[in-house]
Amino acid sequence: MIEVQDLTKSYGAVTAVDHVSFTVNKGEILGFLGPNGAGKTTTMRILTGYMPATHGTARVAGFDVFRDSMEVRRRIGYLPENPPVYPDMTVETYLDFVARIKNVPAERRPARIDDALRKTNLEDRRSELIKRLSRGYKQRVGIAQALVHDPEVIILDEPTVGLDPKQIIEVRNLIKSLAGNHTIILSTHILPEVSMTCDRVVIINKGKIAAVDTPQNLTSQLKGGQKIRIETDAPEKPLRDMLAQIPGASRVVIEPARAGGHQAVTVEAAQGNDIRNQIAAKIVEHGWPLYELHGVSLSLEDIFLELTTDDAAHAQASS
Amino acid sequence: MGSLYAIYRKEMGHYFVSPIAYIFIGLFLVLTAFFFNVILAEVIKQTFQMEMQGMRFGGPSDFDAPAAVMRSFFGLLSTLVLFFTPILTMGVYAEERKRGTMELLMTSPVSELEIVLGKYLASLSLFALMLLPTASYMIFMVLHSDPRPPWSMLAAGYAGVLLLGGSLLALGSFVSSLTENQLIAAVVTFAASLFIWVLDIGRNSDSGASAVLQYLSVIRHYEDFARGVIDTSSLIYYGSFIALFVFLTVRSVDSMRWRRA
Repeated sequence: MIEVQDLTKSYGAVTAVDHVSFTVNKGEILGFLGPNGAGKTTTMRILTGYMPATHGTARVAGFDVFRDSMEVRRRIGYLPENPPVYPDMTVETYLDFVARIKNVPAERRPARIDDALRKTNLEDRRSELIKRLSRGYKQRVGIAQALVHDPEVIILDEPTVGLDPKQIIEVRNLIKSLAGNHTIILSTHILPEVSMTCDRVVIINKGKIAAVDTPQNLTSQLKGGQKIRIETDAPEKPLRDMLAQIPGASRVVIEPARAGGHQAVTVEAAQGNDIRNQIAAKIVEHGWPLYELHGVSLSLEDIFLELTTDDAAHAQASS
Repeated sequence: MGSLYAIYRKEMGHYFVSPIAYIFIGLFLVLTAFFFNVILAEVIKQTFQMEMQGMRFGGPSDFDAPAAVMRSFFGLLSTLVLFFTPILTMGVYAEERKRGTMELLMTSPVSELEIVLGKYLASLSLFALMLLPTASYMIFMVLHSDPRPPWSMLAAGYAGVLLLGGSLLALGSFVSSLTENQLIAAVVTFAASLFIWVLDIGRNSDSGASAVLQYLSVIRHYEDFARGVIDTSSLIYYGSFIALFVFLTVRSVDSMRWRRA
């Protein structure tokens, strides 16, 4: 549905997007993940025809975003970083305006507007002035605007920014319900969002793609070792000695107990070497109280940091 | 075409939902009504003086009072236009860019020409609506004059104001498309309008350059209209002026895609 080939965008000496290539299949949700300023917004703006690329091509539904811009724009619903709303309009007149400029035929307009209002839970706010709405509601109006012409492709730039936790869950569910009928690209710098909603993730940093894969694959691929978390009130020195004797255990971190809690220990184990039973046996052998012991797999957060932060990678390598 | 109309409607809605249009039209009417009174009183005084002179020296007076009122009134309108049009156009693009709604328009299947024309026609409509009530003063005057001046004179005068206003609105839209700051847009538009206004400053010298400058001045052509004369060269002048600035605005809006950092 979307093919991006070698896309580059430079502003003078600064390269915001650097030879980026990826594809999105029909009905898929693609997550665009990266720190602020990584080039997510620029890539989206090129895809929506807002700005031309310096180099490379992008095709949406077979149409080139630059040469057949009008065809592409007809097929895309786009929510920019800030919802592009007119404060003086009511929600309904605004959606009517957007439906008109997106060439929705007059007879289909009322039904399309109702549908967009229903999907974004805005039905009871339809005759309210947009300037009287809270940030979260404005964001929803922005999403409704991207849906009103029932586009094949929906591009959402940070759709959950400014929403409260309940609204975030609603928006995520909405996005998931749209997949299948629509092809969706969403950008975010919030990691759980990607693992919760997306079929595939593009991790982008400093304009370059760091990784493209499913959230599951990314997690397992980088799992490498396993982390074990233990809560036990053992004396520190003997505990360290004991753990040092277990083959495969490394990088022991001991956090002292906080008020009312217990001392927390994290140990990393080499891959394919489950040492949890050995640790448990040793602790019991020493007669130390054991409150908790469980394995932690590396989260997307760790992967993300590993891929995007040079410092983190460096620290990992040197230890 | 549908998109152009949608943008036109949106702009008109924007003028009338907010207090802009009402304040604007209200102020304009208060000012024009006041000055109409002043002009009328002045011309009546002049007429009496002329008649007195006519009686003293014999022969009928050839002072055309209605024409004098019209000339003064249209002169006044042109001055007000200079002050009102920059305010009318200052937000046309500046506000849109500031709010980020330009991104919506430019990622919708709407051409730049449709955006520009929709907005331009809306500002021109508001301008015409603002002028419309002032016609009642003129009609009142024409109906009470004896002999009655031809209606065509009045029509020519209003055609002139519309063309003059239309030109300055086109100029103002272009300036607004260049900046995100409304105040800058208004001030620059005012300065540029004033500059084109006074180009005929050398009207008394008869060098070739002065003839060219006179032709380029917006107000030179207006004076013909105010006298009830519609000159083809003036029509061409205003037509080209508007077309040029609409074209420049389209180019400027289009170039936003490249300028955005």
